[in-house]
Amino acid sequence: MGFEQFGILSFTGSTKTEQFVDFLKGNELRGTVCKECGARFFPPRSDCSVCLSDQMDWFPIAGEGTLITFTTANFAPAGFEKDVPYTLGVAEFADGVKVFGRLDKSFAPDAVAVGMKVKVRVIDLGSDRFSYELVPAR
Amino acid sequence: MRRMLAQGSWLAGTACAAFTTCRNDPDGDQIRGVCEAARTRNSRGTQKVQGIPRDPRKLATTDGTVSTLLNTVISGRGRAALILMGSYGSIQALISRNHTVPLVHKEEFMAKVAVIGVGQSAFVRAYPGSIRELAFEAYREAMKDAGLKSDQIDASVVCSAPEYDKQRTPAGLMAEYLGLNPQPTFYVESVCSSSSSGLRTGYALIASGLHDVVLVLGFQKMSEITSAESQERMGRGADIQWEAPFGTMMPAYYAMYARGHFEKFGTTEEDLALIRVKSSTYGQINEKAVFRKSLTLEKIMEPKYIATPLKMFDCCANADGASCLILASEEKAKDLVQKPVWITGLGMATAPINMAGRDSFSGLKCAQLAAKRAYDMAGIKPSDVDVAEVHDCFTIAEMMAYEDLGFAEAGQGKELIRNKETYKEGKIPVNVDGGLLSKGHPIGATGGSQIRTIVLQLRGEAGEMQVPNAKIGLVHNIGGVGIYGNVSIFAAD
Repeated sequence: MGFEQFGILSFTGSTKTEQFVDFLKGNELRGTVCKECGARFFPPRSDCSVCLSDQMDWFPIAGEGTLITFTTANFAPAGFEKDVPYTLGVAEFADGVKVFGRLDKSFAPDAVAVGMKVKVRVIDLGSDRFSYELVPAR
Repeated sequence: MRRMLAQGSWLAGTACAAFTTCRNDPDGDQIRGVCEAARTRNSRGTQKVQGIPRDPRKLATTDGTVSTLLNTVISGRGRAALILMGSYGSIQALISRNHTVPLVHKEEFMAKVAVIGVGQSAFVRAYPGSIRELAFEAYREAMKDAGLKSDQIDASVVCSAPEYDKQRTPAGLMAEYLGLNPQPTFYVESVCSSSSSGLRTGYALIASGLHDVVLVLGFQKMSEITSAESQERMGRGADIQWEAPFGTMMPAYYAMYARGHFEKFGTTEEDLALIRVKSSTYGQINEKAVFRKSLTLEKIMEPKYIATPLKMFDCCANADGASCLILASEEKAKDLVQKPVWITGLGMATAPINMAGRDSFSGLKCAQLAAKRAYDMAGIKPSDVDVAEVHDCFTIAEMMAYEDLGFAEAGQGKELIRNKETYKEGKIPVNVDGGLLSKGHPIGATGGSQIRTIVLQLRGEAGEMQVPNAKIGLVHNIGGVGIYGNVSIFAAD
């Protein structure tokens, strides 16, 4: 088993970045950083588009980020219908690293606002599946 | 080399003469003169010079072979784009003396390409026929429009988004059904902007001199799968490895841009609703539109949220449809039709497929860059555009287009719609055929349909939708959520 354990429904079985899921199991969200030129990537990549290196390290995305946009979806694509409504958003963390994902359902819908502080939380979806979500920082 | 010169325009001749002179002109004054003249024209602002190396000495770092020169500097898009002047020896001499290599003013050797025929099927919820029959409706109209027979088409470019088709390799199928065997055909895809990418491809095929008349067919039959399946497949037009596992779909993506625009500029849901009011105004008079009902502001503002802040009427509908364009070289266009419409500017740009790679959520970078390139190539400003078709798959997409295309400053798009400046009588009429919001959005057919509208406008044949005296038209066609941006500019003869 590898990358297909990521998310509610996965469309990708095989990737050189499947260690991403192992980090999730260890309660960490990680991106990749190029060993040659230091470029940081999230989502993770196994190849550096800046210097062409294939030598990558993993770095953790920790600390507080800022929510820069969001939407609450009342309709969902096939396979996600039972989840609605759910909120998707993008948050910006240190060094300009942006993370796209769902917001924790415990966010009061009226309390979600651009500019609010968030952090990443890894979640165990059951059935040996893992993901992450954005939760209030405080 | 001799053959290239024979194919070239007078410019190749001019440049050739310049080189010949150079042989007897060790200081290269005449050569400099040619280049300076081109630069001067550029500095006046309307014409663009490409291919003149900024620092000609860089060329001297190569071994000076003809092929290196060709690969390094002598390229362009025109029929006489490969301008190789004089002999091998004279080029070497030039390089060794660090003289400017006289590449010629681009516009002057850029071939002219026209749209000479346009066609579109009605856009409908569920077309009662197969994809080949749907395509034929647009093809028939375009061929009758241009007055052509199938053997006058030199090649075809077929455009759609493949996830809706059971048919594998639709270009081959279409070429057979349209009667376009044995001419070349192939498939071009950039999701919702596929047929604008087809236009770009067709332009290149003609400008290169490879073909004289090229047909660009766009089609999509979306009704064979359910709306949820459709959203799932559309959502897979984003990053399937990192984003689709969260349950993504197009309305949610554009909704995040709407939220970003609201936050940054104070745009409101009502501003977006005003765009839908305009759309329905014109959708009602477009007999090929799927949605032809009148819509009031109150109706549009009903809180039926699809993905906040986008509501039901902020979203365009899926549709089945086909579009067809016929492009021709200058010589053929003048020979075949009375009112060719010239392609004067083509810009295309791309942006990261995943949202984490976007630097802003208040505008589409790919559209901004594509617009700049198209304006530069056409030598015009946004205020020169008389009529525009923009990619309003969602109301927020039209709002961003106003700003990304320079019709309004960033954040001022809302003033354009509040003041009705994008209505037919306004400063810059936009989507006066109802746009995607009213016409429907059959993915692969959309760009061709937008181009058809602009061609009819520039010919003065748009009927009730006609913008008086329209001479310059623009098409903005976006693929995915700002993955592919195509901006194309057209001019009346």
